[in-house]
Amino acid sequence: MAQELFAPSTLILTATLLAALSGVPLLFLRFQGASPLQLLSIVLMLAASCLGLTGAGITLLSGYSILFELAWTLPFGPVNFGLDPLSAWFLLPIFLIPGCAALYARSYWHAVNHPGTVRTMTFFFGLMTASMSGVVLARDGISFLFAWEIMALSAYFLVSTEDEKPEVKNAGILYMITTHTGTLGLFALFPLLNLLCGSWFFPSPASLEASSTVSGAIFLTALFAFGLKAGIMPFHIWLPSAHANAPSHVSAAMSGVILKVGVYGLIRTLSFFHGIPLWWGCCVLALGIVSGVVGVAFAIGQHDLKRLLAYHSIENIGIIFMGLGVALVGQKVGSPAMMLLGMSGALLHVLNHAVFKALLFLGAGSLIHATGTREIDLMGGAARRLPYTALLFGVGSVAICGLPPLNGFVSELMIYLGLFQGMQGDGGAAVAVSLAAPALALVGGLAVACFVKVYGVVFLGAPRSEQHATGHEAGLQMLLPMLLLAVICCVIGLVPGVVAGLLQGVSLTVLPSSVGAAGTALLKLVPTAMISLAGLLLLVVIALLALWYRRILQRNPLGEAATWGCGYQRPAPRMQYSASSFAGMLTSLFAFALRPESHQPGRMAGLFPGKSRFASHIPEAVLELVYIPALKRLYQRTSGIRRLQSGILQQYVLYSLVTLIVLLAVSYF
Amino acid sequence: MISLADQFLVLVLLINFISLGTSRLMFSIRAVAAQGVILGILPGLIHPFSWHLVAITIVIIAVKGFVIPMLLGRAVRSAEIKREDEPFLGYVPTLLLGAIFTALSFGFAGSLPMLPVHQNYMFVPASIATLMTGFLVLTTRRKAISQVIGYLVLENGIFIFGLLLAEAMPIMVEAGALLDLLVGTFVMGIVINQISREFSSLDTSLLTSLKEE
Repeated sequence: MAQELFAPSTLILTATLLAALSGVPLLFLRFQGASPLQLLSIVLMLAASCLGLTGAGITLLSGYSILFELAWTLPFGPVNFGLDPLSAWFLLPIFLIPGCAALYARSYWHAVNHPGTVRTMTFFFGLMTASMSGVVLARDGISFLFAWEIMALSAYFLVSTEDEKPEVKNAGILYMITTHTGTLGLFALFPLLNLLCGSWFFPSPASLEASSTVSGAIFLTALFAFGLKAGIMPFHIWLPSAHANAPSHVSAAMSGVILKVGVYGLIRTLSFFHGIPLWWGCCVLALGIVSGVVGVAFAIGQHDLKRLLAYHSIENIGIIFMGLGVALVGQKVGSPAMMLLGMSGALLHVLNHAVFKALLFLGAGSLIHATGTREIDLMGGAARRLPYTALLFGVGSVAICGLPPLNGFVSELMIYLGLFQGMQGDGGAAVAVSLAAPALALVGGLAVACFVKVYGVVFLGAPRSEQHATGHEAGLQMLLPMLLLAVICCVIGLVPGVVAGLLQGVSLTVLPSSVGAAGTALLKLVPTAMISLAGLLLLVVIALLALWYRRILQRNPLGEAATWGCGYQRPAPRMQYSASSFAGMLTSLFAFALRPESHQPGRMAGLFPGKSRFASHIPEAVLELVYIPALKRLYQRTSGIRRLQSGILQQYVLYSLVTLIVLLAVSYF
Repeated sequence: MISLADQFLVLVLLINFISLGTSRLMFSIRAVAAQGVILGILPGLIHPFSWHLVAITIVIIAVKGFVIPMLLGRAVRSAEIKREDEPFLGYVPTLLLGAIFTALSFGFAGSLPMLPVHQNYMFVPASIATLMTGFLVLTTRRKAISQVIGYLVLENGIFIFGLLLAEAMPIMVEAGALLDLLVGTFVMGIVINQISREFSSLDTSLLTSLKEE
């Protein structure tokens, strides 16, 4: 009995229920003040996180896997739930990030400061967490769709928390449209799967033949539907505005976890097939490359801190897709090393991105809390006022750039190693793979440039605007979750051996059995000990340099002055490099894709030119230059069809009546 | 007992014509309530006695015969309207259409592949005819309350069809359908009030102004 009580499945299901109910106490506001009820909600959420993480951890360590069937009399048969290492791996971010974000919200979105929105927000936050857990636990198409829709809708209510602002409302509507387009894809996907295997239950791994036309259609619909949720490049349009306009801890959970649920869907779908053709792998790899490179290029051009982070999510999803692509190409080539490295790299990057992106969004939240703006060009010198936030944000920045000794480096290294394995082969696969390696390197380089820009402009220098220079450091409730995430970044980065064994187990559940049979071990393929050693060495060197620098500083006199501004007579804080000037060269290099808009100043001549202004802006090019014009044209072309939608209720009922009569007549004759 | 059931079904069909032909809303509501009571009695006539059956009968009569008419009656009184003035299609043409549909449904039901046990019943034609009547009321009337009445008649038609399956149907499904109906009527009652307050009329064709351009 006790054993059953502490089985991982019990823990995880309890955690899911707790998370779903965590917002309920706040709904009974009449009886209590909002503040203690919010605390109760957070305690419930934290308990859910602890239980869920324990359950997922036990599952990963023991390779436990189980199936449940819940018999009910609704259509489409019984509901199937299951737990296996792949689900457990995705449950890690699903329970970790919302737990941290909930604690953060205690200070960031306190019930006293936001009395109007705290109830809906807390309720839907818990519901979203529970439904994400439901998605990864579902083992048949119908329950998957149920959980998926609950997740999508609760995320909508979270995005539009402050829907009195028009931009928030628009972001919410755009998110709603795209998420339902994705659901439409799922409505096509599951019947296709049903066609192939004859039931709504998910087929066992590698049980379906991938070469048939139906399989191809399944792959494409899955890529579309899950790609839309994951925010892969041509389908990313909802992502920047939704992430930018949601409250920061919601952005952290959305960017950290919801996108990963999309990735989970794709991995799960792909695991059903064996004999995967080359074009599947190449498709995924190409999408990954495009998202990675263009995503980071868009990020460089942004002035809005959260929008910038949102574009980095697109970039990182691109990296994850590249890892998946390597694994798929490896299946075609028959290289166990490629499969294992690609899949493990992708899976580890899923966790890593969740952790460091959540850390960065929470850090951005603290900054916004302190400065009262999301505009990078209005900040500056924040490191003096928010030293801890600056340190933690710095850790997140280094991690997201994929630099040692932090976790981003480890997962990207795995993908690199997988790519290098692929280059040693020959044929089309080797060509595709050898194109991907430089792209990944380019992504890494551009990410470094982008975060140098963010960190330099936001945290260093002097404040650019008096109005936004008064904020102070965030409280313990905000710093603690960030600290936890930063520590996880360091641990995975310094001791990757800890996760390598788990990763191998997870990868083997989704990869063909030939990989396990070949006896390839991740620990042999990735020099984990070397990474640890090099990371420690690097830390020691950095510490020594810092000490040396401090000694120099102590010896010399210190003064405070504005940043050097090209030798002008009276330097002012506004003469510092701005975010746009720092990124100017790179955005002009990528102008063919970014389509930057700038409003040039008028002619300035003479000794005393008049006032003038300059502004530049990177629009969401794919949305504004491709989708909206195409939809407008479609709207004009279909004016005839739209006459059917008259707005008269009776006419709509008439349509049903006519349909009924036609059907009866058809069956009569 | 079967012949008695058939006679009740004829009554149901006649009530259909009442709801098609009258312009007085209260009369229409009462007619539909009477139809609901008859439908509540019907399962007892065609199926052997069981407590399950008793429960269904009581609940159906209570909901269809009393609760829903009461809700609608209240809506009519509070909105202060008595008649459906200018339907999209006049009363005589709707009655004629109703007659044609009823005849057609008898012809159609004869050609359906049914179990021999159900062959000679009037259930299927009566069901289709009532369904069609509901649709006719829904499409030809303007007032929101007439819409609700049409919806109720439509649901009655589906219910008659379900009678054939009453033994196979789990009680949960029936309860769910009844609850749906009740909640639907309740919501419509609120909507009716809102419409009449907002547009100072219950003409649903005014709702076109809500259409997105």
